[in-house]
Amino acid sequence: MSASIATSQTILVVGGGIAGMTAALEAAECGRQVILAEKQPMLGGRTALLYRYFPKMCHPVCGLEINLRRLRGNPNVRVMTMTEVTAVSGRRGDYTVTLKTRPRYVNENCTACGDCGNAVSTTIPNPANYGLDKIKAAYLPHGMAYPQRYVIDPSIVGTAEGEQAKAACKAGAIDLGMQEETVTLKAGSIVWATGWRPYDAAKIQPYGYGRIANVVTSVEFERMADPHGPTGGKLLRPSDGQEAKNIAFIQCAGSRDENHLRHCSRICCMASLKQTQYVREACGEDGRSTIYYIDIRAIDRFEDFYQSVQNDPTVRFIKSKVARIALDEQSGNPILHGVDTEGAHRYANAHDLVVLAVGMVPEVTGVALPEDILLDSSNFIEGSQSGGMFGAGSAASPLDVNRSVQSATAASLRAIQVIHQTASTEAV
Amino acid sequence: MADSKFAAYICTGCGIGDTLDVPMLEKIAQKEGKMALVKSHPFLCSTDGVKLIEDDIANEGVTHLCIAACSRRAKVEAFRFPAAAVSRANLREGVIWVVAEGAEHDAVRQEMAEDYVRMGCAEIKKMKVPAGNVKEASSKKILVVGGGLSGMTAALAAAEAGYAVTLVEKSGALGGFANNLWKRVPFAAPYADAQPVGAAELAAKVSGHAKIKVHLNAVVAETSGAPGRFAVKIAQESGGMTDDVCGAIIQATGFTPYDPARLPELGGGQPNVVDQAGLEALAKAADGGPIKRADGKEVKSVVFVQCAGQRDASGQHLPYCSGHCCATSIKQATYFKDRDAGINAVVMYQDLRVPGMGEDFYRSAQDKGVTFVKGRAARVTDGGGACKVDFKDLILDEDTSIEADLVVLATGQVPNAGVNLDEWTATVTAAESGDEAAKTRKDELLKTSVLSLNYRQGPDMPQFKYGFADSHFICFPYETRRTGIYAAGPVRRPMDILQATEDATGAALKAIQAVENAARGRAAHPRVGDLSYPVARLEGCTQCKRCTVECPFGAIDEDEKRFPKFNEERCRRCGTCMGACPVRVISFENYSVDTVGSQIKAVNIPDEFEEKPRILILACENDAYPALDMAGIQRLSYSAFVRAIPVRCLGSVNTIWITDALNSGYDGVMLMGCKKGDDYQCHFVKGSEMAFYRTSKIDDTLKQLGLEPERVLSLEVAITDNARVAKLINDYAEQINEIGLSPMKGFG
Repeated sequence: MSASIATSQTILVVGGGIAGMTAALEAAECGRQVILAEKQPMLGGRTALLYRYFPKMCHPVCGLEINLRRLRGNPNVRVMTMTEVTAVSGRRGDYTVTLKTRPRYVNENCTACGDCGNAVSTTIPNPANYGLDKIKAAYLPHGMAYPQRYVIDPSIVGTAEGEQAKAACKAGAIDLGMQEETVTLKAGSIVWATGWRPYDAAKIQPYGYGRIANVVTSVEFERMADPHGPTGGKLLRPSDGQEAKNIAFIQCAGSRDENHLRHCSRICCMASLKQTQYVREACGEDGRSTIYYIDIRAIDRFEDFYQSVQNDPTVRFIKSKVARIALDEQSGNPILHGVDTEGAHRYANAHDLVVLAVGMVPEVTGVALPEDILLDSSNFIEGSQSGGMFGAGSAASPLDVNRSVQSATAASLRAIQVIHQTASTEAV
Repeated sequence: MADSKFAAYICTGCGIGDTLDVPMLEKIAQKEGKMALVKSHPFLCSTDGVKLIEDDIANEGVTHLCIAACSRRAKVEAFRFPAAAVSRANLREGVIWVVAEGAEHDAVRQEMAEDYVRMGCAEIKKMKVPAGNVKEASSKKILVVGGGLSGMTAALAAAEAGYAVTLVEKSGALGGFANNLWKRVPFAAPYADAQPVGAAELAAKVSGHAKIKVHLNAVVAETSGAPGRFAVKIAQESGGMTDDVCGAIIQATGFTPYDPARLPELGGGQPNVVDQAGLEALAKAADGGPIKRADGKEVKSVVFVQCAGQRDASGQHLPYCSGHCCATSIKQATYFKDRDAGINAVVMYQDLRVPGMGEDFYRSAQDKGVTFVKGRAARVTDGGGACKVDFKDLILDEDTSIEADLVVLATGQVPNAGVNLDEWTATVTAAESGDEAAKTRKDELLKTSVLSLNYRQGPDMPQFKYGFADSHFICFPYETRRTGIYAAGPVRRPMDILQATEDATGAALKAIQAVENAARGRAAHPRVGDLSYPVARLEGCTQCKRCTVECPFGAIDEDEKRFPKFNEERCRRCGTCMGACPVRVISFENYSVDTVGSQIKAVNIPDEFEEKPRILILACENDAYPALDMAGIQRLSYSAFVRAIPVRCLGSVNTIWITDALNSGYDGVMLMGCKKGDDYQCHFVKGSEMAFYRTSKIDDTLKQLGLEPERVLSLEVAITDNARVAKLINDYAEQINEIGLSPMKGFG
């Protein structure tokens, strides 16, 4: 990796989820030079952790495959994984960026044959399943992972296990002496596609997340429903491993709430509507889904999906902000307390499992960003004072995948405009 | 082919060398594959291995190479040799990782590997390096149709990136619907107050931009050609005609508000009941002063009825939600509250839909005293003095009413998308059979066209649901079925100004990409960068028109002699035309009836006494083939009797491959494609559907051959179906075992 490759004509995209990949690829396919920096060992971001998309119920990896093919075939994009931006200086058209790359302990020789994984027995919480299960400490992050290269977890570096992994590798791909690297390079424009993370459900004290085993978050439920997930696609209660059939979805868990997130995260209504269909997929007519909501925000064509779920006899809607969740110690059932605002009926409903539709927090919350970056009150990136840095996707606004891609495509053009205008000025 | 030199490289790494008889594979590549050069390497994707190949290309004149190693989806960067044609024999994910371990499987595993080497060698013999179809003087100018906010934004976005733009606007001024607005919803923190629209400023920028040529009072009278060379006739209202050449087109023709007169039960058409546009007009007329009704009375109370004629399940009105109307009504309510806090402004909603930071704007309106009532309006009566709104209060669960000076109906957005191609096709078919009314209707339809494309497939973009010119793909929102033509703004999907601005900027990027791709003679999404393109050997063509009809992208016209006329720049390289052609005259340089057919023929078919069936799999390379790969990565074993060939799209499957396979003694054929139907997942829209349709017609052929219908199996396979695909294969192998081996063996 040489810093001289990047010039002020290069676009840096920070974040390799669907928005970052899109921003990078769209610019590269216009003939621009792009560096795509991703914090994780693989691209795909949170979309790679989704089982299905609403409203088509199609699989996110389908689009990921196309994007990866675009990427593999395009020499204009340089991908740097396990890499974070640590400093940005300079101005529109002429930024100097410092990037820090964590050691993967596996070099480009890796063929993803899996021998190192077979050689170790230590396990770590699986980041691809929100830690709901474990994987070997020498692992391929995801079946479709790009780069298709293993990762050695730092916990076995310097141990006998690490050496065993190294010894097992016939390709000479394991380098346990790999160090953190810092590189400084030039970029004319920067697209921040740093995405989101789920709101910390434990902060919503009355809902008992962390105290009541059978209260899970929507992102965890997504993994549970996925046949490639920790439960092999079975909806099992964390408390006793029994199949959950009567499932509650609590909307706006931590969203639209001045004590938590001021904003509406836009996707959660659709995500819960989608997840009711996972219940149907797993339990058929025996499944019971109850959505506790304030407003169902099924915007534009998504209304169709809402109507089809409304027509599903296994799904019930209760307009209510749930007040609190109690635990029935004997059954392990969470009991939801609140008032149904349509008709003002008080309820205490027992469910097998509760899914909190948690909101989107910008991933950069709490991260030191360049001073130039403009954030709104929820830490979404509005842009930059100098006009050379742009937010894209859910880093810029809580967006669904489709709108994230639109946003990233727009951000990509804005970056190209900067590059173009810088080049024109330099030429004069 | 005097200059061609063929070579095969066999990797022995990742366990290939330990599991397979590599010297035997080498021998097969040499003797049967007729490769001039055959080498094996312990680690072919390493720098050293890649250099071996590069040296042979440079020093030995190798032009065509078969790499027998891992899947074509792995180590793509290492095995990229742009000057050479490359085939990949998948010995890793396709053989050693999926055939069960153990010595008892050694023979079948080796046979499978040998066949893949034969197939890789056979394929490369028929492949050429595509040269691309670079056209001299390709236009990089972008045509924007529609001069509203979306169109102006798109035009400016492209111009600011250095591209020339022609903007065509039907009316006498830029600005579109935004010209009717008093203010807009806030886009940035603190999201508290309505903001100036800024349409005039934007219009001034567009008009004054050196790279943008604006045509007002003008429409597109005709568009012909393809990306990089659209010939556009721009008709002035005054009668003048301007010819222009553009590389790509952005359609930003906006929306028309749903007509409130169609909602008589909600008072639509009554003087004191207006739609949101009507309220904007009253606010503009008031110019910051008190808002007055048509009769001059100052409005002291107002009710906004949300979802008027929207989210309608009865089939009479719009079934969808227009997304912006809740925030728009909130904004309009603040028009009243900001001026006089004493005015009673009520927003009557069922679900208040203000996503993202719209929540802050909602809060600010609550702070300003706007009342929000969850209710469903049943009837609005304009009594002249006051309007009465009868509604069901959804909180109190009772029928009640409220009075107001003015009622605003939040009606939805209806896209201005031009001609519906379903109606067009039906009308043209009827007109061609002599129906006079249809001829008249065809002319009427043409007058409503936006783009006036002279494509055989019709004058406008195909519409998605409810008349919107949207993409069906979640990951690829700009995909349309007309290459180089993109929709932006509310014509694509109902949306507000902020989204339209983003959307138009994104569409500008796609248009730029389209002109750059066209200039380089390469494909657009999803086979971006592909330099191959279909070529038809017209002397064999029977003018059956299947290729023109079945092309999902309208890439093929018919010339004066009724032969297919390929417009390569419109083509997405899916090969659906190749699959459609009954006389097999269509091919790509690196993908043809021959490249696949020769692989099918290369497989060694054991005679019936060996009891080793052979099952051909034709798998879509986008989803089914990756699922097969993933099965390998997860070491799920499946029958070693299958031989899988990736195809660009199941739509490219020509039935000759199936009949040839069965004729030459294969025992079964599995076709694996993407989901079809309304929620299709085919990346080429209609490819898998066409394939299923074609194979449904194959029964007759099977009967003629005396074969059971089970010998051909069409399947929808998703990319995540790795476990399922292994099971499907094993079940099918079992089924073949039950019905017995093909009687055709030995006749091929």
